[in-house]
Amino acid sequence: MTEEEIRVFINGTANYFKTIAEVPAQIGTPFLKEPADQIISDFSAIIGITGLHRGCVYYTAPRLMVQKLVQQLGETDVSDDMCADFVGEIANTISGNAREHLGRNFLISVPVVLRGRPEAIHFPNNVATFVIPVLWDGHRSSLIVCLKDEEPLSMNGAVS
Amino acid sequence: MTARGETRMMKLLIVDDSNVIRRAIERMIGGQRFEEVRTAGNGVDALKEFDAFEPDVVTMDITMPELDGLSCVDAILAKKPDTLILVISALADKATAVEAIKRGAQGFLLKPFTPEMLDTELTELFEN
Repeated sequence: MTEEEIRVFINGTANYFKTIAEVPAQIGTPFLKEPADQIISDFSAIIGITGLHRGCVYYTAPRLMVQKLVQQLGETDVSDDMCADFVGEIANTISGNAREHLGRNFLISVPVVLRGRPEAIHFPNNVATFVIPVLWDGHRSSLIVCLKDEEPLSMNGAVS
Repeated sequence: MTARGETRMMKLLIVDDSNVIRRAIERMIGGQRFEEVRTAGNGVDALKEFDAFEPDVVTMDITMPELDGLSCVDAILAKKPDTLILVISALADKATAVEAIKRGAQGFLLKPFTPEMLDTELTELFEN
């Protein structure tokens, strides 16, 4: 991934929170994920990417943060089902918005959502995985971007 | 008469695979503008609901399981060509918006959106 492509996701994430929340998010400095980094939180959504790029975009966040975000939309039901649904929507929206810059051949899947289960998420080992910290209202979540051009990944960001 | 007044007796179908978004749209516009509102979580269910209560207006997501929103636009307009369809999608490339309009949708609203943005799009939908 290029620096410019990472910036697309940084800007997209910032715009997302600015639009839906009363308080904007602070976007931390992106870093390369190391195997020992534990970044998966209570709810995670995975968007598969195909087309001119291949890989995955993940969004992972703690329960309390997702509950507060759901409430920002006027929702009173902050059950786990609603939180899981909304994490999928966040990942879907940020990924879809990236097409403004990455083009219509940046093809996104419907989200796969996991509750907890960090062991179920496997990051590809042959491509750089960038973690973009997303700090909001005292909570820390992460957008994780793992993309390469054209050729398929060896693990394809699999969920087991 | 205002657009808000014109829609009073109309029926609305909200199609989105996110329950949170369906309920948010319903809160934002449903009760104020429309006499009956139903929702569907994918394109297949959307067509079933469409047949069941023949809405005048549809808000349509694009990326959904079972049947995508653009195919659903085709199917709905084949059934009832005067249906007003507002596509609400995260897909931000211009080509997707153009494709939606080409297929017969009358408006395109990019996610994420505020209640004011949705209200503006719906008003334009009726005025145009």
